[in-house]
Amino acid sequence: MKQFNEEESKYAASAKAFRANVTRDLGNEELRSNFRGAMDYLMAKRKDAFSSEDELEVLREQCKLIKQRCLAKLPHLLEQLEDKLETNGIKVHWAETITEANEIIAQLIAQKKGKTVVKGKSMVSEETALNDYLEERNVECLESDMGEYIVQLAKQHPSHIIMPAIHQNKQQVAKLFADNIDGFEYSTDVDTLIQQGRTILRDKFCQADVGISGVNFAVAETGTLCLVENEGNGRMCTTIPDLHIAITGIEKVVEHLSDVPPLLSLLTRSATGQAISTYFNMINSPRKEGEKDGPKEVHLVLLDNGRSQAFADEELRQTLQCIRCGACMNHCPVYTRIGGHAYGTVYPGPIGKIISPHMLGLDATSNLPTASTLCGACGEVCPVKIPIPKILLRLREESVKPKSDKPQVMQGQGAGRSNVEALIWKVWALVHKSPTLYALSMWGVTRFRFLMPKKLGGWTSVRTAPKPAAKTLHERLKSKQEKRAKQAKQSTNTASR
Amino acid sequence: MQQVNTQHLRNYPKKPKQVYLFGTCIVDSFFPDSGMDAIELLEREGIEVIYPQGQSCCGQPAYNSGYKEEAKAVALVQVKQFPLDIPVVVISGSCGGMMRHHYLDLLGDSVGDLVGNNAEITNFCQRVFEFTEFLVHVLRLKPIDQGPKERVALHTSCAARREMGVHITGNKLISQLANVELVLHDYESECCGFGGTFAVKHADISAAMVADKSKNLVASDVVRYVSADHGCMMNINGALDYQKESLRGEHIASYLLKRIKGTSAKASL
Repeated sequence: MKQFNEEESKYAASAKAFRANVTRDLGNEELRSNFRGAMDYLMAKRKDAFSSEDELEVLREQCKLIKQRCLAKLPHLLEQLEDKLETNGIKVHWAETITEANEIIAQLIAQKKGKTVVKGKSMVSEETALNDYLEERNVECLESDMGEYIVQLAKQHPSHIIMPAIHQNKQQVAKLFADNIDGFEYSTDVDTLIQQGRTILRDKFCQADVGISGVNFAVAETGTLCLVENEGNGRMCTTIPDLHIAITGIEKVVEHLSDVPPLLSLLTRSATGQAISTYFNMINSPRKEGEKDGPKEVHLVLLDNGRSQAFADEELRQTLQCIRCGACMNHCPVYTRIGGHAYGTVYPGPIGKIISPHMLGLDATSNLPTASTLCGACGEVCPVKIPIPKILLRLREESVKPKSDKPQVMQGQGAGRSNVEALIWKVWALVHKSPTLYALSMWGVTRFRFLMPKKLGGWTSVRTAPKPAAKTLHERLKSKQEKRAKQAKQSTNTASR
Repeated sequence: MQQVNTQHLRNYPKKPKQVYLFGTCIVDSFFPDSGMDAIELLEREGIEVIYPQGQSCCGQPAYNSGYKEEAKAVALVQVKQFPLDIPVVVISGSCGGMMRHHYLDLLGDSVGDLVGNNAEITNFCQRVFEFTEFLVHVLRLKPIDQGPKERVALHTSCAARREMGVHITGNKLISQLANVELVLHDYESECCGFGGTFAVKHADISAAMVADKSKNLVASDVVRYVSADHGCMMNINGALDYQKESLRGEHIASYLLKRIKGTSAKASL
């Protein structure tokens, strides 16, 4: 396993790395076709999951309001959640950074002399690079979600937040299993593949000392941790080992139990087009006296990692409405082309572009906000109506702001600023706000159109260069109007004779 | 951008005697024929078209690049060019979206002698109509088709679709042409990869997107495709030309005019 390194994770998303990743992945035809096929499938599934546009709109509005209400009360709800959980016997831990979160978890495991961990799917644990951290401390982590298991075997990271191994097709998975699993009977049949994987995982659940999971909704009112999953592995991880540690971001708290059903319904339908997931776990406490199963101890680690920075700004706060359904990725024409790994961030796609700058700083992610045509497909499908394109614009603005000593809204503000670009826009504004200068420059562009270069950087690598017109619309209409005035004058003259 | 298509919420005015035309910077310098055709089409409907010579660009390029102050300065000058209380017809969905939905955000809170007040900006935004929206909802245009039988596709720019509902009005106009079969191409609603400076900053991703868009348009086996945005068409036509494909896109204003007049349409790059 690769050693965990914070600097490295920052580099992974840097402008330079992003460019290299994009070139690499755009050129990989198998990868491109895997993503296109999967995204087409997911888009169709989502579309079929709603009876009408109206139903969808009503639900989206409702869920947006739920998340906004909960975020408005976030500090209070987090305290209430802690209170209720502790009353229920679940211990709460607060982590400001990913290192703090990892230390807390490692300590909890060490206290129980734990050696093996089975994990349910958790993107927050990807965010903290928990597996690497624990491996360094001789704790074996096994991902039990089938997609995560595949990704772990391949020594990769998830390429999608809901379907971590979506970048691989069944032939690739079959080869991976054949290369890594003893006694694997080669097959490219999906059911057979999954069955063989499950058999291996089954034993591991029973042997593990610790189960680690994520959380989809943490209910403040009742102190309930809700976990959405399809494979039953989440339930195994949270019931068989004696110690269960859940980790989640602070934005996952909701106020009431009654907030959960609409969010859950919209989550599963937006994500995979399912009316409901196969499993939905509600964890209220550790094993009580007389109960036959369940962990003896349950802990929740609440992670900040830049979320407070987003929370502090009214517009950027909307980023935290996200319920991690992945619909924005499925519908994103950029994600569909470059895939999840090219982003170099734990969270890829549109939501990754707007959340990662808070986690890693704008300096480490300055290429992400610009890597969008602002087509708006993400904002259109977002179940909680996060105005992703608008937030991308805001991040672009923060990214090109002149650096200053004043307190910054965002870490790394001004990192994307280039003096040349800033000057170009200054000149552009000067020309376009002055009708005289504009007319003059357009006159130049059209009269000297033969000077227009045939090669225009990246533009002409796949397109021919556009050619300015011989005369602008302004000029043609000016002469048209002058002609009209002249005609009018002539007709008046004739009439007066 | 956001799905803020407000066609269904909008109160449309009665057919006016006069309108302003906002030509957009791309049409002005590259495709003035489309502007002339739009004016001719409006004039045929008995509308006097005023084209203020002081207009330049809606400010979207700077706005989308994060240079808000620069965008603001240019946007404000535009507002000042259209003082009469008559519709401002914009022959691009994305510029129309910018002027209708983003100007208040951009200009509303500004103060100073150069700047209008909220009421002035709001009034301006409410007078902005995308070209096809204006034809369908204000003019209630029923084009009489005199052209030959043919198959065409419609490409709607993303902003036009999501902010101005052009996929509805564009579709309606083309569908009314008796001799034209409107063909839905694969991934019809997907972005062509233009995105302004995106096509320069992330040229390789943009190239992959326009490759797919042009491929799908060619595969739809149409004689031309029609669009209400020259930004997308500069991108797609440029790619088609590079690939030595004969298919071209044409502005919906030019296309409609030619169908009504019965002259054969010519495609322009």
